[in-house]
Amino acid sequence: MSATARPQPVRDSSAAEYDVERIRNDFPILSQSVHGKPLVYLDNAATTQKPRAVLDAVNRYYEHDNANVHRGVHTLSERATIAYEDARTRVGRFVGAASSSEIVFLRGATEALNLVAHSLAQTELREGDEVVVSYMEHHSNIVPWQMACARTGARLRVAPVDENGELMLEELAALLGPRTKIVAVTHVSNALGTVNPIARIAQVAHDAGARLVVDGAQAVPHIPLDVDALGCDFYAFSGHKVYAPMGIGALWGRRELLEKLPPYQGGGEMILSVTFEQTTYNTVPHKFEAGTPDVAGAVGLAAALDYLDALGLENVAAHEQDLLAYAREALLSVPGLRIVGNAREKAGVHSFVLEDIHPHDIGTILDHEGVAIRTGHHCAQPVITRFGLPATARASFGLYNSRQDVDRLVAGLQRVREMMG
Amino acid sequence: MSDLRDLYQELILDHGRRPRNFGRLGEATHHAEGYNPLCGDKIMLYLELDGDRVRGVSFEGQGCAISQASASLMTEAVKGKTTAQALALFRKLTALVTARDEDVAAETDTELGKLAVFEGVRQYPLRVKCATLAWHTLHNALEGKAEEVAVTE
Repeated sequence: MSATARPQPVRDSSAAEYDVERIRNDFPILSQSVHGKPLVYLDNAATTQKPRAVLDAVNRYYEHDNANVHRGVHTLSERATIAYEDARTRVGRFVGAASSSEIVFLRGATEALNLVAHSLAQTELREGDEVVVSYMEHHSNIVPWQMACARTGARLRVAPVDENGELMLEELAALLGPRTKIVAVTHVSNALGTVNPIARIAQVAHDAGARLVVDGAQAVPHIPLDVDALGCDFYAFSGHKVYAPMGIGALWGRRELLEKLPPYQGGGEMILSVTFEQTTYNTVPHKFEAGTPDVAGAVGLAAALDYLDALGLENVAAHEQDLLAYAREALLSVPGLRIVGNAREKAGVHSFVLEDIHPHDIGTILDHEGVAIRTGHHCAQPVITRFGLPATARASFGLYNSRQDVDRLVAGLQRVREMMG
Repeated sequence: MSDLRDLYQELILDHGRRPRNFGRLGEATHHAEGYNPLCGDKIMLYLELDGDRVRGVSFEGQGCAISQASASLMTEAVKGKTTAQALALFRKLTALVTARDEDVAAETDTELGKLAVFEGVRQYPLRVKCATLAWHTLHNALEGKAEEVAVTE
């Protein structure tokens, strides 16, 4: 056999080639020690750390291109505008939007959900109508709907979650009827890690004539996204949970729906012309972006998506699924530990309790071991209460976490048992 | 680097595991509720006042080791005290756990007795509210603000 006939090594196609050590080096913050021990960061569902490429992109923008956008005719303004609109195109490509005009830049998923709840309520909610959410929603996908219902006289209904932490689809479907105008669910639960079957939910929502709004904050870093295939109508996410800066996020909406949606805030940029008698709103997406936007944040978000694409989100997802399975076994080996949320399909998160040790004590002791986790109700109080708990401890994983991180977590939990047992 | 044992002292772990004066007080003349929304700690405090003296005190609730131990040790500390003495302890305890490192005056206060065990909490700013929840609840109960939920965050 000649040398040229040998099969070429396949690159970037398996999780085995995923080089976590090299990836970690891209994240300056991870190289520090906490309480004298190398930091293990397992609070990625709260926020992710930023690779140097993102930090550099933000810096570069401020050092070379900073100006207000869509305003001046000078060179910097033109560069800033191009950078901002390129970032919009980048985000549109990442989520599978039909056009970049379907991407609205906002502060994050919370602001995006507030926009949809506020504006959709104006056009679609009347007294007696119904909005359906799930039991596992983050407060940011509950409270805006409560406010919308309070303003319009609509009623909020809640689809239940089973013992494993899965959304009960038949019960959800049974809640839907001619009064249902909006269904709002999370793609991935921040408290339980459950991945919801959005495409199926979209079908039942649309069969009932309702709009489907999806909170994608926890899904975007873990699951390759195609909003068209999901079949939803609106999809909200935060940049800071996907390795981009805090303060930037995006709403994707179907263009025809965004066009019909009234604006959320008034100000500069969102108008075409203003007189005291009559104001004409700008076209989408600009009519939803009142005021000077976070251009540097958008640039940082685009850089984060470039970084993710270079690794390959499929590779990241495969690595994280492997890690999640490894962590599950390792956690269950700790005597007295119970995982809260055992859905068949999970992403990024294991919530757990350890005997009757309060999660807050677990969090403090783990911190002393250099391990950062979240404890509490994770801004999803209803679902934690549904499991009869005041709080859980939550380890959440990102693309730079390794099996050694899981081992450090488990060793820390042994220390918790020694101390509190 | 602080030692974890400064926070989780034996006395705290003991009261955290086996809180004293736990349960509802039948003869309560005063009560108040406390809540820490960050970690979900809850406490219901019952007081039986005889004139201005604390004749009986108990609590119910759930929370971390620090908050349970704090409530437990508080009930022991204020039983038999006048309301003025109990409120003075509230101020001393609060000062103890919020004092800056260099400000060590509070720890030498002999009136604190066993409560001095909470000195280590000052190294953990995020845990201060755990240690003070029961005391803020006591303050509300004594001030007759039973309808207000004491919230620490």
